Amino acid sequence: MMNSKQLLLGLSMIALSQAVMADSTQRAHAVTEPIVTKPYLPPPKDTMPKGEFGDMVRLGKQVFTETGKYAPKYVGNKLNCVNCHLDAGRLANSAPLWAAWGKYPAYRGKNKMVNTMEERIQGCFTYSMNGSAPPADSQELKALMSYAYWLAEGAPTGVDLPGRGYPKLDEPENKPDYQRGEQVFVNNCALCHGDKGEGRKQNGKVVFPSLWGDDSFNWGAGMHRVNTAAAFIHANMPLGKGGSLTEQQAWDVAYYVNSHERPQDPRFKENVKTTKEAYHQHQCNYGEKIGKSVLGKR
Amino acid sequence: MNKSMTRSMVLAINLLVFSAYVNAAPSGETIARQGNGKGAVACISCHGDKGQGNEAAGYPYLAGQPLAYLVKQLHDFANKRRPNPIMQPFASALSEDEIKAVASYYAQLPLPKITSAKKSPSQTTTGEFLAKEGKWSVGMPACFQCHGDQGRGIAPNFPAISGQPASYIKKQLEHWRKGERTNDPIGLMQAVVADLDESEITAVADYLSEQSPTTYK
Repeated sequence: MMNSKQLLLGLSMIALSQAVMADSTQRAHAVTEPIVTKPYLPPPKDTMPKGEFGDMVRLGKQVFTETGKYAPKYVGNKLNCVNCHLDAGRLANSAPLWAAWGKYPAYRGKNKMVNTMEERIQGCFTYSMNGSAPPADSQELKALMSYAYWLAEGAPTGVDLPGRGYPKLDEPENKPDYQRGEQVFVNNCALCHGDKGEGRKQNGKVVFPSLWGDDSFNWGAGMHRVNTAAAFIHANMPLGKGGSLTEQQAWDVAYYVNSHERPQDPRFKENVKTTKEAYHQHQCNYGEKIGKSVLGKR
Repeated sequence: MNKSMTRSMVLAINLLVFSAYVNAAPSGETIARQGNGKGAVACISCHGDKGQGNEAAGYPYLAGQPLAYLVKQLHDFANKRRPNPIMQPFASALSEDEIKAVASYYAQLPLPKITSAKKSPSQTTTGEFLAKEGKWSVGMPACFQCHGDQGRGIAPNFPAISGQPASYIKKQLEHWRKGERTNDPIGLMQAVVADLDESEITAVADYLSEQSPTTYK
């Protein structure tokens, strides 16, 4: 996938060539106006189909936005799908469901096999929700599949749609740093997520998700990887102010968030060292000594 | 020294400490009901007998708002980070202890019951949609995403917004949009309202004002 800088460069070149062709007043206009590409748009929220299928789509949205309430058997923490897939899985650059739909089945290095869309979602429950995989014929997974299918209505199959996943960041200029990350966290994140990343609840319902600790995603979730978290954060955080942190700040704070304990990797075998060797050959702090203790020991 | 002497001395000291404390700062409720006698008038004269606000005049309710939020607003009125010609002199006339006392008093009161609260119409209106779903095409999260379920507020930083007077909500949103109010933490509200138009601001202010923060659906 093109990264954001390449995309920007491409767009700038299109803008430039258009500007060169236009007269001088138009040129000024073309250079100052931001260029809006038209990404795929999912169907409006209030156009869900009627009948039995529509009911399943509606249930899917509920499972997606209030996962602990509508799929309690399969959730082991206090997160909801919508915490990482903003606007109920609709928002571009926040891993929208409509962009994932047409890209499965696909081979995944994570489990070294071809995954169907069902298996991909099951992975979310095992790791990001620190729970267990809902069976493919369970009401919960059928509902999520129906909701994703509806969101992708009319989207092409097998195409990397703009807005898929989180926009990949270039490697940071400076190595991600705990102290700098802590500063970014205190200044930009603690307001909602709390001083200790504990999140906030209201009458037992999560308003702001926990970023680490028992109520958060486990060491097997994609978000524990510093590069993935940095990409999500840069595009989407603070909520309503996506893109306001510098890329370096996003790297630093992602490193800081992922330098705290969280539930064990469900693939854990023997000890942290062997688990790290088997499953953590990527940008993450699992098995690293940060402060006094080795992460992943709990 | 015998035991009874020690006891009476302890009692005397306690009394001294207690009276010094009482003299130092009137209670939060006293400030709310009578003012502090040094320039801050009684809060209840505008914000209602139970801190329930005044819908007709557009004065917000204070009852049940998060303590830290109330303290911050009083500080910001005093130092003009939240410019307000009515509140500025009152907030400036309060000592730090008085600010904490009066904010604590209002924070522990129950959220008001909004008698004019309406049931949502069967068709989702623009205001309800903005409050519950946001306007993500311009990056705006739903109001309730930060202000909590039904807009009841999330301590310590996010105030309750449901049931505030429509004119009050509208004025705040407009001030944020124009940059006339800038005391929102990390500029969140300024970012959120930047892409709302006049009719959307009116719609969401009207919708929120018609919701009661005390009821659950």
